[in-house]
Amino acid sequence: MLVLASLLAGLVFGLGLIVSGMANPAKVLGFLDLSGAWDPSLAFVMAGAIAVGMVAFMLARRRTVSILGAEMRLPSVRQIDRRLIAGSLLFGIGWGIAGFCPGPGLVALGMGEVKALVFVAAMLAGMGIFEFFERLGR
Amino acid sequence: MAIDWNHFTPFAALAGGVLIGIATAMFVLLNGRIAGISGVLGGLLRPIRGDVAWRAAFTLGLVGAPLVYLLFAALPRPQIDANYGTLILAGLLVGLGTRYGSGCTSGHGVCGLSRLSPRSLVATVAFMGAGFATVFVTRHLLGA
Repeated sequence: MLVLASLLAGLVFGLGLIVSGMANPAKVLGFLDLSGAWDPSLAFVMAGAIAVGMVAFMLARRRTVSILGAEMRLPSVRQIDRRLIAGSLLFGIGWGIAGFCPGPGLVALGMGEVKALVFVAAMLAGMGIFEFFERLGR
Repeated sequence: MAIDWNHFTPFAALAGGVLIGIATAMFVLLNGRIAGISGVLGGLLRPIRGDVAWRAAFTLGLVGAPLVYLLFAALPRPQIDANYGTLILAGLLVGLGTRYGSGCTSGHGVCGLSRLSPRSLVATVAFMGAGFATVFVTRHLLGA
């Protein structure tokens, strides 16, 4: 059941990315280009998602187990440290040079775009490098 | 700043955003987890027994979404202007950065801001700021 729910959630998320236009890097870059011809669409995507998300997390916070009986795993880390900020800055640079973040990369891969395949492969490599250094440090 | 009225799609953006919100809601209420795509994907590279199937299923859902969309309407073609070298650099930075920063647009941006998490707000400001600055440099200073 949990696996099926995951599949459905991923599917609805992906459909949202397509409908909103965010699976299209050119549109994302149109939002990030503040000083050019600015396309505010991405802000509207965030607003729509957060409006629904706020209600969901309010309900989720009151639960000890999920509807399907799984343990609630909401983040407990509250630390704002160099890792968080440096990592997010690196991500933002990568996002800004191609217009892809992880979700849209995967969706565009599903559209059969070879360029998205290259991006996703490099992204997985980047995540692999992180795992490598994490294991070294442990 | 001038608004690009030809490309601005407020209603589609809002509708797609609501779908993303619904997916986030399903994930947290049914599975008890945060729909953070970089985290879900990253966990697959650190496989733990019993922790792989749901991650793979969520990823499969994302990749399979275009096929399902195709049942209802013609698929819009994404416009990917970056060349292969840029895409490789972008992918490496996004992969490394989202794992060090513990999240991306979905985990920090959508879920974190919905939870009113100060940590996610800082992350979102950082990656959005870096994104704005990067596009300013590549488009307006380097003129790419």
